Order: sequence, then C-alpha cells, then structure tokens
Amino acid sequence: MTSGVAIVGVAQTCYEAAKDHLAYNELVYEVVAKLLRETGVKMADIHSQITASQDMFDGKTISSMSVNEVVGGYLKSEAKVAADGLQAALYGAARILSGSFEYTLITAHAKESESRRPAVTVSMFDPFTQRPLGLHDAISSGLQAERYLHVSGVTEENMAELSRRRHLDAKKNPLAQRAGDFTTKQILESPQMAGPLREMMVSPSSDGACAVLLASAERASAFGKRAVWITGTGNCTDAYWTERDLAEARALELAAAKAYKAAGIRNPAKELDVAEISARCAFEEPMYADALQLFDGDPRAWIRQSAKGEGIAVNPSGGAITGNPTSVAGLTRLAEAYLQVSGQAGEHQVAGARTALAHAADGICGQGHTVVVLRGNSGN
Amino acid sequence: MAKTDEVIRVPFLMKMEYRYALGAYASRFFQELKDHGRLFGIRCPECERVYIPPRPVCGICFVETGEWVPVSDEGVLVGATVVRLPFIDPMTGERRPVPYGMGIIRLDGASTAMYHFVDETDDAKLKVGRRVKARIRANRKGNMRDIECFELVD
Repeated sequence: MTSGVAIVGVAQTCYEAAKDHLAYNELVYEVVAKLLRETGVKMADIHSQITASQDMFDGKTISSMSVNEVVGGYLKSEAKVAADGLQAALYGAARILSGSFEYTLITAHAKESESRRPAVTVSMFDPFTQRPLGLHDAISSGLQAERYLHVSGVTEENMAELSRRRHLDAKKNPLAQRAGDFTTKQILESPQMAGPLREMMVSPSSDGACAVLLASAERASAFGKRAVWITGTGNCTDAYWTERDLAEARALELAAAKAYKAAGIRNPAKELDVAEISARCAFEEPMYADALQLFDGDPRAWIRQSAKGEGIAVNPSGGAITGNPTSVAGLTRLAEAYLQVSGQAGEHQVAGARTALAHAADGICGQGHTVVVLRGNSGN
Repeated sequence: MAKTDEVIRVPFLMKMEYRYALGAYASRFFQELKDHGRLFGIRCPECERVYIPPRPVCGICFVETGEWVPVSDEGVLVGATVVRLPFIDPMTGERRPVPYGMGIIRLDGASTAMYHFVDETDDAKLKVGRRVKARIRANRKGNMRDIECFELVD
C-alpha cells in the first residue's frame, strides 16, 4: 500500500469562448497527449482513468463514452464524475490509496459553446416549484450576490476592484481566456446580468479541458521536484439553495477544516502560499476566502488588500472569473496550484510557493465544495 | 389538511439545442463523402486496424493514427434487424414508417463497423453474414444521409 498520493504532471488547453475547430475527443486528446509527453509516462502503465463532464453540456448521457478512447480507457477501469474535476481527483487519490492502482489519469472537459447555457442550467432546478417560474444559473447567482452584498457590506465597487485585479493577473497566464487591463469603470459599466452582477464580474462561456496525473508514492519518487504531494482533502455538500443562508459557505468551511487538519495547517492565511479558488462570480471570492479562513474580519479590507496584490496570493492564474468551463474550473485550480508549488507557473509564478490550496464549487449557488491542499517537494 | 388521491403531474418541456463541432477527422470524412462519394478510414500505424469513422487515436494501442485509406462501399453485415417498434426520426421529428431494416456493417478494408439502414424487411433475408453495398445519393450534403442505405448484393 502506498504511503501517499502525488501529482506528477498536469496539462491544460487554453480556454476560449468557442473551440469550433475541435470535437470533444480531439479537445480531450490534446491535454492527454501533452500530459504523457511532458511526464514521459506511457499509457500502458496507466490502468485507472476518471473523467469529469456534464451530460447536459455534452448533449449526451454517459458523456464519458465519447472520450474513453482518448483517455486510454479501453479495457481499463474508467469512471465518470458528473461534478467538478476536482472531485474526480479525490476519487482518483482514493483509488491509489486503496493500493489497486499506481497511476490515475484525471480529465475534465466541457464545450459550453455547443449548447445554450440557460437551457442547460434550468435543468438543475426543482421541477415542481422553481422551473415553472423560469430561471437559470445567472438568476440564482444574481439573487445570491444581492444577499451576500446585503449581509457582508461588500459593494459593487469592491466586486469591480477584485475583478479588475484578476483580469490583470490573467495577462500573465498564457492559457487565460478573458485577460486585460480593464478599469473598474469599464467593469461597472459592462452589461447588467442579474442583481448587482455585471458581465465582467461573471465568468464568460468557455471551452476547454484539463488533465492531471496522480501517482503512488513509489512511482512519484522518480519525478523529483515535479512530484507534488496531496497533504489534505475535504468535500462537503450543503442543503438545497433555497434552504440555507446564501451569504455564507458552511459546506466549504467544513471541507476546508478537514483538509487543513489532515495537512497540519493551523493558520491558513499564514501557512498557505497560494489559494486557487473557484469563483465564477466576483462576490463568490470573498465569501469563499472567508470560509477558507484566508482572512479574519471585514471582507472589504481583504478585497482592497488582495486587489493590490498584497497578502496571500489568491488566483494568480486569474481564476475562473476570467473563463473556465463548468466541471473543468476546479481541476484547473488544482493544475494551477500544482504549477505554483512545483515552480512551473512561468510568468505568474508566486516566488517561493511551497504550499497551495485548490478549491471547487458544485451545484446551485455553491451547494457542494471540494478542497485539496498540496505541498511541493522543495521551495523554488 | 385535505388529502388527495389524485396523481398530479407537472409538465416541463425541454428544448435542447446543440451545435456539435465535428472536428478535424469527422470533417474530412464527410467532406470526402460529399465531394467524391467515397468513404475513408484511418489506419493505426501499430496494429494496422483501419478505423471508420476516422479518429485521432487508436484506442487499443494508444498511438496516433496516421494514414487515410479508402474503404470499399461494400461489406458484410455483422449485425442486422428488422425494426418494428414505432420510432421518431431524430432528424425530422416525424414518425418513421415501420418496418425497416437496420444493420451493423463492416466495410471491406475497415476494421470497425458502421450503423446504417439496410433496404430489406424480410427477416429471412436480413441475416448476419450477408454481403451489402452502399447506395450513395447523387445529391450529397456532407452527412450520414449521403448514404441513402445499404442493399443486399448476394
């Protein structure tokens, strides 16, 4: 039995509004081929694959079947997660810890451009009491944003400040979709969506894929600094969106507590070097950072600090707000956290990053949360 | 509180629209079918299997496929059935008249099989192992219906 699970390589596509030139299988093959090339691992040595995708976005049930071939899953143990790819990584880690597999390949993909988001996301909602009134995820996010702003005191200007910073940081990430030196005025004047949310405060529709290779301690030893250890994980699901306080993320607090305990982290704000948080909308970031104990006190003070690039590095990649597809966003956070603690993040490298956190949110208004803590083999 | 014995149902109509990108491999396959009425497969350089429809990777060897090779418009039925269940045609939304013949066809020169209509509704004739030939339309649009159907040839 292995003594731990490591990430030994990651691969991402660039994220784009519409990858019209690529079919699903070609999109996923791009990241799988890149991952094998960069790690030098042969598909013949990988016997476990877990894919993450959404049937409704893919437009087919059992949507993993269309990518099984390109993830090398023929006559092997393939399983699909209909949630964020970060949950797929948790399952993958469990498979390795069971002693049954030495490697597990995790992939997540989505092409949001091929469907109509409102038509897809309406299917998340309760068919008896909510769908008949007409809604989709932009509406539920708008309602949640209004609630969070009301309770926390965070303002539209604060959301614009944070959004401006993330889009600016995304300029250093060559894979980012919507990057640029926007002004808070431009963000505040972008088209209104629902509630206080403007277009530039919400992730744009996105196409892309991400792959992560997990390995047992025995296999990871050959990868030196490129092996990064999973030191803590946590996953927690809360009540349905209309049956909890949308101004807080209790499930995330509990998921994080579990991950921190396993990782031996007592003061996350001090001990973490980087946090990659899945925030599709600007208001989610302070709410989730709060639940992750990245700051104590007034979220407005933290936003002002983080927008200046001070304090713990949050979403140095730009984050999901700049455009990552559903199901992929959380696995992208893991890939980015891996790049940081292995010193491979290039232009957006956080100097000396050794311990990092990756987070994924699932469901309506963040009903479920997953947290993974990583530790690199040495500083960089 | 009043009790009800009535079974209540809530209707919900879902209209799902998709625009699937064909990608490089399927695009070239359909372009060739449209322009020249020819069917192409792609060969795995390792095991030499010829895949139809063409794809980027051989799922068995996990190596990238390479050479595009023409396959015959004739082949053999590896599976066949006369369909008698009422069925809504996904392309037209109309009910398709029954009975009609369907088959899984392995074209000569291909290692994998394809699914298509077979112009035969006699159970005694529509049998596994029978030889078939594609009836390709004169007016082609670059999709699966460019093959009208297969017909028994032996």
